[in-house]
Amino acid sequence: MNGEVLELSIWQVLLGYVFVLLVLFILKKRAIKREKVVIIATLRMTVQLVLVGFVLTYIIENPHPFFTLGVLALMEGFAIFTVFRKFKDTLTPSLKRVVMISLPSGSLVVLAYFLFVVIQIEPFYDPQYFIPIAGMIIGNSMTGITLGINTMVNRFTDQKEAVMEALHLGATPKAAAHPIINESFDQSIMPTINNMLGMGIIFLPGMMTGQILSGVLPTLAILYQIGVMLGILGGVSLTTYLFLQLGYKTFFNNRAQLIDSNE
Amino acid sequence: MFTLESVSYKDILDIHSMHVEEGKITALIGASGGGKSTVLKLLNKALSPDEGRILYKGRDMDLLDSVAHRRNVIYLNQRPHLFEGTVEENLQKGLDFHNKPRVSKDVLSDMLSYVGLRKQLAAPARQLSGGEVQRLALARVLLLDGDVYLMDEPSSALDDESERFLVETIVDYTRRNNKTLVMVTHSRFYAEHYADIVYTIKDGRVEEVQHER
Repeated sequence: MNGEVLELSIWQVLLGYVFVLLVLFILKKRAIKREKVVIIATLRMTVQLVLVGFVLTYIIENPHPFFTLGVLALMEGFAIFTVFRKFKDTLTPSLKRVVMISLPSGSLVVLAYFLFVVIQIEPFYDPQYFIPIAGMIIGNSMTGITLGINTMVNRFTDQKEAVMEALHLGATPKAAAHPIINESFDQSIMPTINNMLGMGIIFLPGMMTGQILSGVLPTLAILYQIGVMLGILGGVSLTTYLFLQLGYKTFFNNRAQLIDSNE
Repeated sequence: MFTLESVSYKDILDIHSMHVEEGKITALIGASGGGKSTVLKLLNKALSPDEGRILYKGRDMDLLDSVAHRRNVIYLNQRPHLFEGTVEENLQKGLDFHNKPRVSKDVLSDMLSYVGLRKQLAAPARQLSGGEVQRLALARVLLLDGDVYLMDEPSSALDDESERFLVETIVDYTRRNNKTLVMVTHSRFYAEHYADIVYTIKDGRVEEVQHER
């Protein structure tokens, strides 16, 4: 690695779209009706990245706490909105409130620790570090909470009898929900754990690959990658833990009865 | 011990007045779907009435801590759920829920014999038949040593001979330990033979009250 970066022209990037044409060809040949979504996904990916590229360039060249914190708020808001949209038929108002509390608080605590204690950025709003790391931690926390919601909601339905039996036997709602909370937490963190297991052997993570392509020494890139991966693990764990600890309560009323346990 | 005053729950139950006396056996009989199980769930505070009130030892149950109440007034479902694990783990689970210390294998084995379940403690609970599940669930609640037991057809999955044995076991346990028992049964014979008071419930209302003793 000599620090030289190969410039990529727009025309060279356009050559990459040949793979989209390949996918469209396969879909057409197999009569799989997915052409529309592939085209939309390609267009959205392109437009979104071009826009964010310009915005980030501006923000990095003109660093200001207002911009950095504004982007952070947008990321958190969009993550919450994405969770709400994914579970629009299953999230009760009280569970939505729990998402709105746990997702920002869990991810922000980890983000603050990572930025200000681990890598110690200066100034605190330095967008070059703040924004990409925030994106990775918030994005992965969102995925973790999504898996947690999915497992918890499903288990409170298909294990309703077990929860009811525990309550009849004198269990507190927390004890009755204990196996569900544990399984939901496990399901939430497993993708991150699997990612860590395969990292460096089965695949090179995106951030590290990006840094290496940009001319950063792999030995430095791996340090960042390890740190970020640990931050992601912390973000996913803390966010999901907070969500589950608050979320299970929304399935019970103040008489310690399972809501909708009607005959 | 329990007094129901103008209690209604959805369109299932509408009881003007009902009493459960301490240290007595109360039987609830009547056609299925009449609301008998709902009465037990209301007494256990698994459900709460839409209207009216239920007094437990003179106190409005709505004001009582639900979990503490259920640890004292124990409900046994007609189709009890067994948790993952062995017979022993299922027996200890109830004690765990009550934050009570676990008991020895000897105590557990004695309890299994008492309810007539011939299974090893290490046997997987999921392998039990319907009747065995009911016996294990009965053993699990008896270990909890509540003051009141609410039993919903505790022997419905058993043959006649086993049913008689189990009902007699429950009655024996109740009388010897001075417990209060409210039992839903499909059998008028058992109700009239063993209970002190028999309520016939029909279409959610008390149709008849018989004082047997």
